[in-house]
Order: sequence, then structure tokens, then C-alpha cells
Amino acid sequence: MGRPLKFNIFRYNPEDPASVPHMESFHLEETDAMTLYIALNRIREEQDPTLMFDFMCRAGICGSCAMMINGRPDLACHTKTKALPAEINLMPLPVFKLIGDLSVDTGTWFRNMNEKVRSYVHTDKVFDPNADEERMSNELADEIYELERCIECGCCVAACGKANMVPSFMGATAFNRVARFMMDPRDQRKTDDYFEIVATDDGIFGCLGLLGCEDVCPKDIPLQDQLGMLRRKMGWASVRHLFDKILPGGDAKKK
Amino acid sequence: MDTFYTDLLCVGAGLAGERVAVAAASQGFETICLSIVPPRRSHSSAAQGGMQASLGHCCMGEGDCPDVHFADTVKGSDWGCDQEVARMFAETAPIAVREMAYWGIPWNRVVPGKGTYYKGGKEYEKIEKKEKEGLITARDFGGTAKWRTCYTSDGTGHTLLFTMDNEVVRLGVTVHDRVEAIALIHDGETCMGVVARCLKTGKLRNYLAKATLIATGGYGRIYRETTNAVINDGSGAIIALDTGIVPIGNPEAVQFHPTGIVPTNILVTEGCRGDGGTLKDVNGERFMHIYEPGKQELASRDVVSRWMTHHIRLGKGVPSPYGPHLWLDIRHLGEKHIKTKLREVEEICNEFLGVDPITQMIPVRPAQHYSMGGVRTDKDGAAYGLKGLFSAGEAACWDMHGFNRLGGNSLAETIVAGKIVGEKIAEFLEGYEVDFKTAVVKDAVKKEEERIDRIIKGADGKENVYEVRNAMQDQLMDYVGIFRNGEDLQKAVDNLQVIHERSQKVGLRSYSLGANPELALALKIRGMVRMALCAAYAALQRTESRGAHAREDHPERNDRDWLKRTLATWKEGDSLPTLEYEKPSKVWEIPPGERGYGVAKIICTEDPEVCGEKKPETN
Repeated sequence: MGRPLKFNIFRYNPEDPASVPHMESFHLEETDAMTLYIALNRIREEQDPTLMFDFMCRAGICGSCAMMINGRPDLACHTKTKALPAEINLMPLPVFKLIGDLSVDTGTWFRNMNEKVRSYVHTDKVFDPNADEERMSNELADEIYELERCIECGCCVAACGKANMVPSFMGATAFNRVARFMMDPRDQRKTDDYFEIVATDDGIFGCLGLLGCEDVCPKDIPLQDQLGMLRRKMGWASVRHLFDKILPGGDAKKK
Repeated sequence: MDTFYTDLLCVGAGLAGERVAVAAASQGFETICLSIVPPRRSHSSAAQGGMQASLGHCCMGEGDCPDVHFADTVKGSDWGCDQEVARMFAETAPIAVREMAYWGIPWNRVVPGKGTYYKGGKEYEKIEKKEKEGLITARDFGGTAKWRTCYTSDGTGHTLLFTMDNEVVRLGVTVHDRVEAIALIHDGETCMGVVARCLKTGKLRNYLAKATLIATGGYGRIYRETTNAVINDGSGAIIALDTGIVPIGNPEAVQFHPTGIVPTNILVTEGCRGDGGTLKDVNGERFMHIYEPGKQELASRDVVSRWMTHHIRLGKGVPSPYGPHLWLDIRHLGEKHIKTKLREVEEICNEFLGVDPITQMIPVRPAQHYSMGGVRTDKDGAAYGLKGLFSAGEAACWDMHGFNRLGGNSLAETIVAGKIVGEKIAEFLEGYEVDFKTAVVKDAVKKEEERIDRIIKGADGKENVYEVRNAMQDQLMDYVGIFRNGEDLQKAVDNLQVIHERSQKVGLRSYSLGANPELALALKIRGMVRMALCAAYAALQRTESRGAHAREDHPERNDRDWLKRTLATWKEGDSLPTLEYEKPSKVWEIPPGERGYGVAKIICTEDPEVCGEKKPETN
């Protein structure tokens, strides 16, 4: 006999005028190696086929299934029930628009984010199909990959005090993306270009430094380091002109 | 009802769909992508190991070129592929890889100097050349003559998909996510777009397009034990099959990947074996070198999966509550290698198994992995049967994989086919006009509205959609697996016909407004069962063994009678697909011969078109 588990799940269907936000309880017996992926699918297939939630890869790779698990944002697919108490509270991620129950619209939010930070290599070079690729050290490739691993699950945004108060706040995922391109020599943008994007109250200067993002990132991306680096660089960029007056030819041209 | 007009409609926004969209949009054509998930969540992201392209920069890839890649691909396909397509693919892959580098992929690079690598559990030395420093490197994968698989750690699909979607953002391509195409709009000759259902609101929409692309990935979810994501239910193939005109090519060609973890069937990459990982049995002993002395663990996937199953049948499997399995051992690769080159594997093992692959062996067993079959297209990606309909990627049967796909060739196909088909679609769109016939559109919408209404009301019955799905999956798992035989396949076909009846009587158990996940599955289940029947019935008819299709009662590859591709269509009202056949290739650069791995019993063809003047070599 497995443990009897009680799931308290947030229910609300915005498409149904009669629906009122509420919590609903479901009961399951715990099975060996049970994850929230297994549990939620069993609840839907055996108890309530209207229950809305999102899974895709069920392997911690795609970022679809982030939700508030006992008050903490995490991926449901890799959360084992064994690691949780017998009573499990599941809520949708805050900040993102609710689609229904545990399902939120991360697609629109992240497309927006990608447009805001102009998440692509900016270059005036033209691709030459006959030439070798530009060389890069393997070390640098690994460093870029480290930041490229963000799966846009939204956990860092949900855990962010500022994003919860100010919906237009860009969030750690955006800062991480900017840091990724700043590191990439193929991107010809200069500090000033990035300054325009992130050096605002909705950007890096609005970060309260609570670092909930760093605590919850399911991919363990070093977000704290990126926030620190960006703040330093952007802070320097904002006062640099003062130093340029004293030290001509100072840091003005440096990326 | 909302109606959207566009030049190109891409149904599916994974790598293939987005690459086509990028090609068309950069030619100035208006493009809309539909995706049932945010595009960056597409299953392309789960591809770990890498993408094949014969750059030949790393020392173990020296001398590589498109010719060698082409030959590996043809052999891998067991001569089931279209050689014209495979040739075009191999020639374009290096360009596609470099283009992705230009767009920002942090490909792993050549590090000059002495290094070590593992093969069959033994350590060897290699020396990378100074002059190649910083160029894109590659790792070893199964069924290849050279190290050819370009990679970013073991997150290659992820970086490719994110970079491709960055291009989509840069070009301003419209993406409608959480929208599912549920029917093609066509008049029997021309495709005019799709009827789609919004998975946020549940409302129907029309998309009217000059060109429509199906790029929805594979149909692995007709099997219960699959490495595929939950969304890989073949929805694109289903809407093509529903036309009664567009054929599915080789639906029986289903790949099983050797290393799905037990019990969750999550994939661990072929890169584990490519980097020197070994397979072991209940006694902790290697066995692949006994069956395949040459390629050992790195024979093609169909061959390794069969020997693993064979070895388990000999009683050499490790008993577990989830049935017997084997071990994948990567411990000797060392902590540093695992933590940098195989970090997803490390994460998956720790998080989903509670196994640390640095100190423990990984429980693995073959699981359904890839659909070589799909919407049959010509070499330009144009679907048979309907003008204006195209397909690319795993959803398509283009057909460069034939009866077995090589590891690293699926990511490569998405990018390469996406590029080639995208450019062909742009050519097609140039000056092309189509009449959107309002009566045809109205009828298509009405048909879907009525279908939804009947399912909601349970007008045709009250079958539980999940039970029907489980019944279908049981049939495929039990009778249409790695080893097949006539008796089992007949059972599957008989039982699936009954399940097909049931699938047409599905009724919802409860009704909720909006997305309604039960309805989304209910709309697909009949099509899924039809895909299952296509696979089972085509497998029953094919009385030979070729690539992933292994008949115990017909163990030989029969080039005399079966050097052909299955084309399955479904006529409305039928209870079985209609099967027709065509020659797999018009061009035979490499006449059928031995693969160099796997058991080779071949019944030769004497067709001069295929083997020219000289008779093929066999044992």
C-alpha cells in the first residue's frame, strides 16, 4: 500500500461564465516512482477529464509544466511525490495569464520577452555557404551554452517579487538572454545597444536583488551572476561619460 | 468565426516548420505558424545528441565528405530511401550546420592536441590538429563511418530550436501557439488551408493559405512505451490521411531506440554510446561485441535494439518490477565528460531515476522512438495528391530514412529539409494564386462543428477516449513491436479494426467550455487508430525484413519482391487502409547490397533499373 495522497488543485475556467476560482481536492494512492506528471494524468483520466494542465516532453527539457508546488515554482514532470508531504497544493504560475486550472500562457509572454530583448545575433555580415564557419574557442562555446540552456519555463518570473508586483518587469530570464548575446562575439551589438534594452526600471535597475530566480531555476542557470554582471556593466555605462571627460579615450569604445 | 489569410501556413512550429517559415518569410512571403504548444516547447527541443553533417574537421572525421554521409544514410535505410533525396540531404547538411552557426548556435569546437576517447569500454588516444582549432567538431554515432555528429553538449535540439525561433522573432513571423489544425480544407485537388481549434478558448478558426505545410512531427504516441513527447500523436499525418487522397509513406517503418530509460521511457542520447558507453547484461557483461564484432554498440539503432531484445529473450535481462532491462554503462567516461558533454543525461538519470550515472549503471530498454513514415512528398516536399500541400521533418516521408534512420540524421533532416522545402515553397508561391472556394470552406467547417457537437453530446456512443487509446496502444506494444510475425500482426489488425469502430463512438464524460483536453484527444483518436492500422496492416503485408521492420517469419531482406515503398490512403467508410506501392527511388547511385552490420540474408533483385548491369554483391 502506498501513501494516500491528497492533491488540492486550483480550479478556474475563464471561458466558463459560471466558473468561480476555488480549490478542489483529489485523492490518489502513491505508486512507486510517482511524479506529478503521472499523478495529474491519472487524476484527469480517472477522476476529472476537464482538469487543465500542460505537459510536453515529461523529461525536464521543454519547460511546459512549471507550476506552484506547495508554494514553490518548479517543473511538475521532475517532481517526485516521494519528496513531498502527503498533502500537495498545486497552483498555476502567477504573473502569466491564466488559461485554465494549472495552465498558463507562457507562449505570449516569452515571445514578447524575446522581441523586447531582440533575442538574436545582430550582425551585418552575410552568410557565405561556401566558407568555413567563424572559429570560436570550445571554452567560449561551452560558456555560451551554459546560458543558452534556459528552457523558458517561467519559474524565475513566478519567483520574482518585482515581476509579481510590476507586470512589465523583464525578469531574470530576459537578463540571462541579454547576457548570453553580450558574451557572443558573433553579435555586434555594443554596450550602448544593450543599455537601451535593459537599463531601465523594468530592466536591470528595477531588480530588487531578492534572487528568488536563482533559488528556483530548475536548470541551475547561474542567474545571480548574470544579474550582477549586467548591473555592473549598465551602471558603469550610465556614468561612463563622466569619466570620459576626465580620461579621454577611456572605456567608451569597449563593448 | 475568425478567418486568417496568409501565403504560407506552417502547421507545426518545431525545427522543420520554423525552418520552412524562415525560408519563405525571408523571401517576403507572409507566413503564419500554428503550434499546439509555444514553439520553443516543440519536441525538437528534446533531441540531445546532435546533427550529422560531413564537415570533417575533427581528427576522427578526417576525410569525411557528403559521399560518405550519403552512403551511410543509404545503408542505414536498408536501401529503402529515395537516393536522390539522400544525396541532396548529404550535400546540403554542412551548409545548414554552418548557417546555424551564423545564426548563433554555440557548436562545440575542435580543441587541438592530445585527447582520449572510449570505444567498447577501452581507452584510445587521438590528436586533434592545430589548424582545425575552433572549427565545429563532431562526435561518433551509430551506423556511421566517420565521427560526423555536430553537437552542443547534449542539448543540440534545444539550441537549434531556440536559435531557429530567434530567427522567427527577427523576421517577425506570426506564430499562433496553442492552436491545433483539425482538418485540411481542400476540394479534392487543391489544399486551401485548415480548420483549426484554439486550445486556449476552444473556438474554431479558419486559416486560408496558398501553401500549407504539415510539420507536426511523428506519431510515436500510438505506442505506449515511447520516447516521444505527449504531443507526438501524429495530428498532421491524421489530417492528411483524412483527405482520403494524400498517402502516408511506409507507416510500418517504426524505429525503436536502444536506450529508453526504465520505466519512464525517457531517452538517453545515442551520444552515450557514441562517446564510448557500453551495454551490459544481468551479469554485468558486454554482449554487443558478440553479435556485432565490427560496429559493436554502434551498429544502427534497429540492429542494436533487436540484439538487446534477443539478449533479453535469452534470459540475460536484469529483472525489475517493470520487466527485464539491460544496463547502459558510462561510468568509465568520467565525471568531467559526463558533466560537460552528457549533462542532460546526468540530470535525467538523477531526477527521474535516482541513479547517478557517474557511479551507477543506467537501466535501459528499447522504446519506440521515430516514425520514418509520414506524409508522402516528392523531393521538393510537395505532398502527393493535393496541390498546395507540403510536408517536412519527421511528419513527412521525404524519404531519406527508408526503413531505418541513423542517429543524428533527424535533427539534420529538419534543418536541411526545412531549408530545401522552404525554398521550393517560395518558388511555388511566386506568382501562384488560389481560389478560396467559400462553399468548400463552409462545408469543411460545418463538418468539424458537427463532429465536435456529436462527440460532446455522445450522439454516437459513450466510449471513454482514454480507454480506447489504451486499447490501441496495447495492440501495438504486443503485436507490432521490434520483432514481428504474421500471426501477431493479423491479431493486431483484427483487434484494431474493432477498436477503430469504438473510436468512432467516443463521447465525452463531462463537458467544459474552453480548451477541454478530453475533447482535444477525442477529436484525434479515430485518426490515431487509423495510423495504428496503417502501421499494422502495412507491416502484415510486407513479408520481408528491412531496417526496423523485422519479420521473424520472413527474416530475409527481399529486394526481389519488396524493394518498394508502401503508400497508405484511407477511403471514407473503410475499415482498413488502401495500400499501394512505388519504387523507393528513381536513382540508384548505390545498388542494394550489404549494410556491414546486422544479419544479411538478401533475396536479390535483378531489376536492371536498380542494379545496372552488374549483379549486387551478397554473401
